[in-house]
Amino acid sequence: MSVLIDKFDVFAGGFWLTLQICVLAAIGALILGAVVAVLRISPVPPLRAVGTAYVNVFRNMPLTVVMFFAAFGLPALGSNADFLRVPVLDSLFSRLGTDLPYFRFALIALVLYTAAFVCEALRSGVNAVPPGQAEAARSLGLTFGQNLRHVVLPQSWKASVVPLGSVIIAMIKNSALIGFFGVVGDLSQTADQLTSAEGYAFIPVAIGISIGYLIMTVPLGALLDRLEKRQAVAR
Amino acid sequence: MRMKRVAAVAAAATLALGLAACGGDDADEGTGAGSKSFAAGSTMEKLNKAQKIKVGTKFDQPGFGQKGLSGKPEGFDVEIAKLIVKELGIPEDKIEYVETPSKVREDVIVNGTVDLVAATYTINDKRKERIAFAGPYYEAGQNILVKKDDTTITGPDSFKDGTKKVCSVTGSTPAEEIKKYVKDVATQLVLFDTYDKCRDALKGGQVNAVTTDNVILLGYVAKDEASFKLAGDNFTKEPYGIGVKKEDTDFRNFINDTLEKAFNDGAWKKAWDDTAGKFGAELGSAPTVNRY
Repeated sequence: MSVLIDKFDVFAGGFWLTLQICVLAAIGALILGAVVAVLRISPVPPLRAVGTAYVNVFRNMPLTVVMFFAAFGLPALGSNADFLRVPVLDSLFSRLGTDLPYFRFALIALVLYTAAFVCEALRSGVNAVPPGQAEAARSLGLTFGQNLRHVVLPQSWKASVVPLGSVIIAMIKNSALIGFFGVVGDLSQTADQLTSAEGYAFIPVAIGISIGYLIMTVPLGALLDRLEKRQAVAR
Repeated sequence: MRMKRVAAVAAAATLALGLAACGGDDADEGTGAGSKSFAAGSTMEKLNKAQKIKVGTKFDQPGFGQKGLSGKPEGFDVEIAKLIVKELGIPEDKIEYVETPSKVREDVIVNGTVDLVAATYTINDKRKERIAFAGPYYEAGQNILVKKDDTTITGPDSFKDGTKKVCSVTGSTPAEEIKKYVKDVATQLVLFDTYDKCRDALKGGQVNAVTTDNVILLGYVAKDEASFKLAGDNFTKEPYGIGVKKEDTDFRNFINDTLEKAFNDGAWKKAWDDTAGKFGAELGSAPTVNRY
């Protein structure tokens, strides 16, 4: 188990990179997922179809395949995803702005994939709001947007926050795949680094990696539990 | 058919009698249980009695161990393993091949999943802490693959200015080596699980170079001479060895003897010419076996 102490800096570096991509991907997935959810519940049939198609494609495709398309399909189309080199963000998250595009490709894949699940979590929350609420709002003359903003979404939030948390926790674990698609130095890739290049036994390294992921996911789970309890009181 | 078999057994038995005065009951070119005598309790005796052996090799390494349409891996590593297996008195078709990518090689030896590993396995001290190496049976060297029209990369020092990007395979020795030359790992190094992905990245322009052992890169040049070339000479020495259990010195010595025999009787050269030699890689003179 000495590897955990000897190579603490390697584990810490991997943790930091994984945390960075997870924060960025969570923000991206929440925004995109909300947009798709609005499409799916909108009163306009073509928009609903677009939202449904998105969810069907990305929820049903394995993440590995999405990663492949991002890491090898985008370059084939001539894109290095340079649009993600956002001026302020790239100084905060240094990997975002480098010439190497694989961090951006992995981020795109994670966002696209997770957004489908975010959308469904939000939509299930909306469905949990009694239909009478939206009908009453409509009969008061509120538009679709006003209805969502003032009546439906505030109530749906309560029902969707826990599934949303589960989706984000799943996303953190899914991020273990990025090390296989060209991103150097994330938490899961450090396992390869330590076991095969430096010859450490696999199990202690795997334990170290697991602790890294648990540090991210367990507090998030605890936070969700708290939120759930507070809601119970609010009802 | 039966007659033929009896005749074969008789012939083989006569041969064996003539050679060592001890015959096998089912001899096929000196294979079969008890066809060779080894020290009691040794790994060689156990394998010979069991008449089967598990060999770890790569399934995706052109020229060394690549599984093709035949369903069995083919290459220089596989041929070397066959020479050893033959010397153990086990027929070739009793070899069970196990795929051993770089990161599991030590673990499969320590856990006893395989009896030996021949998988472009560079001998180094860190690995010697967990397993033992027989050999080397080949000395490769790290080199750099670039696009045919690239004149800006001439060797590993070209990465020092921090602009050129290079790709290699996760956890491999070349990936560690090139880290000494790159200025910033985060912006210059890409790692994948296979070299094929690196080649695609080089073709697509996401990286400027691919680095690993020369023989692997020569495989890519041989397949696509119009797109790729090697930049400069080898800048490391990578001796490939056979991995065995750390404490099994007898087995290691036996493999070393077998390798030395193969160096001398031409079997080693033939194995090379039939496999990796086809890519135009130089074999050079036989390496000196290191009995530590």
